[in-house]
Amino acid sequence: MVSEHHHITLPDGSIEKQTTTLNLGPTHPATHGVFQNILELDGERIVSSEQTVGYIHRAFEKLAERRPLYQITPITDRLNYCSSPINNMGWHMTCEKLLNIQTPKRVDYLRIVIMELARIADHLICNSIVGVDTGAFTGFLYVMQYRELIYEIYEEICGSRLTTNIGRVGGFERNFSNTAFTKLEKFLNEYPGVLKEFENLFNRNRIFMDRTQGTGGISAERALNYGFTGPNLRAAGIDYDVRVHTPYCSYQDFDFTIPVGSTGDNYDRFMVRNGEMWQSLSIINQAYRKIQEFKGEEAEVYHAEVPEYYLPKKEDVYTKMEALIWHFKIIMGETAIPKGEVYHSVEGANGELGFYFISDGGRTPYRLHFRRPCFIYYQAYSELTKGAMLSDAIITMSSLNLIAGELDA
Amino acid sequence: MTLTNERIQQKLTEKFGESVSGFNEPFGLLSFEAPKEMNLKVLQFLFDDAELKFQFLTDICAVHYPDDKGRELAVVYHLHNLVNNVRLRFKVFTDIQKPDVFTATQLFSSANWMERETYDFYGVNFVGHPNLKRILNVDEMDYFPLRKEFPLEDQTRIDKDDEMFGRGGSVI
Repeated sequence: MVSEHHHITLPDGSIEKQTTTLNLGPTHPATHGVFQNILELDGERIVSSEQTVGYIHRAFEKLAERRPLYQITPITDRLNYCSSPINNMGWHMTCEKLLNIQTPKRVDYLRIVIMELARIADHLICNSIVGVDTGAFTGFLYVMQYRELIYEIYEEICGSRLTTNIGRVGGFERNFSNTAFTKLEKFLNEYPGVLKEFENLFNRNRIFMDRTQGTGGISAERALNYGFTGPNLRAAGIDYDVRVHTPYCSYQDFDFTIPVGSTGDNYDRFMVRNGEMWQSLSIINQAYRKIQEFKGEEAEVYHAEVPEYYLPKKEDVYTKMEALIWHFKIIMGETAIPKGEVYHSVEGANGELGFYFISDGGRTPYRLHFRRPCFIYYQAYSELTKGAMLSDAIITMSSLNLIAGELDA
Repeated sequence: MTLTNERIQQKLTEKFGESVSGFNEPFGLLSFEAPKEMNLKVLQFLFDDAELKFQFLTDICAVHYPDDKGRELAVVYHLHNLVNNVRLRFKVFTDIQKPDVFTATQLFSSANWMERETYDFYGVNFVGHPNLKRILNVDEMDYFPLRKEFPLEDQTRIDKDDEMFGRGGSVI
């Protein structure tokens, strides 16, 4: 009964068209996130592409305009959810800058331990996914148990794993337990061997090198012009790192190098991230040694003495009048936030994560803008993949480490 | 030679005279404004000048001040000189009835999506932008949601049936 079928009407010119249009996404297993690419293909070569983002846009900037400071921390979790602690602490440090709070050294070092663990967790996901996209599944499964260990450390400190909501303005909600330090030691002892094996699997692997070298490359000038930051910019050969250029959280006390690449291609991005994991390990080791040097009362310090912004302990809230008052005032947003405009940025796992916070003295921000590195460098994807093979474009996407949460905010 | 905020301010006033104004340094970050017609001239000067070299665009965003008549929308540029490691903040203000501001896409490729985002949320019309359309919101949206005239839902409202969300039955 063919004649009864409705025939599909094709758009004008589509029969003569020499290229194929392919919708890659919004939910495609190879995109590792919700975003769409409309590709114009000549055979397997990409002629042009157009990106559509915003599928998981949650209006964070609008929401933040009616939330007191602590209610904004869980929002920041959901930006780059592979390394939420960096976002949380970036936000708390922004508040501290506005409120003029000095944190004790021990707090800074504890924060650095957590932030560098988060960086490792983020990079190992990104790099092992690059492996998966080139057909090597082993590495991914192998390093995953160490991400699990990192998550257990978070859990020991704040009670949650992925969207951590870790810390407070001024420090941490509680001191690190012995279990947290034991797990940290386990990680520091075992992870170097694992990372070495992971590198052995990839770095000089013929197939991997053929797939990643020379694909998705970008020059240093273009990368800068496109606003690249983080590992993606460093892979192109520019040693810009917020931790070094604008040290925050006592990063100036640490000795580390910035790994850089030269061609900005997928292989260089992979290598830079691997290099950064080694540097992060070294930073954590240094920080852990510094933390152990604190003795007596100093070893119990885990927050700054700022009762007007730091949530008191729950048991004190139930038993002490003053703690109850502060708790109430902080939760209800009754504590005064000074007027001011502050921009603070931290080196997120993907690059410069900035917070532009305008306060008019009210209980909530007047305006809060997040500079999300992912959103800014993803616009280069079209240029990166022009003329590339479709399968290379997939690797380019994963080696850029696009995180939909950060992209859409 | 280190590039100080005073030196930047001096160079800008030499070049633009009275047009650049409102210099201040909140938290050490040099901040100033210029008339919106001059935004490209200022950005270009900051980019090209051999001493200033503000060649990295960190961020563009907008702010809405509904009570400031004729200057309701501020477009805020954060720029970075990576050689001397100096940042600055540059603002232009525009009337909300005619929110036309020149695009910076010719100077910075990164401005493309940043300006689209700013347009999407505040309706700033970036004149000369190659593809000025919504980016995070749906194309059909006919308002600019981050403007202050759109308040978030009143949390104390009682006319809503929250039964399906586990917050008791209807109140009225």
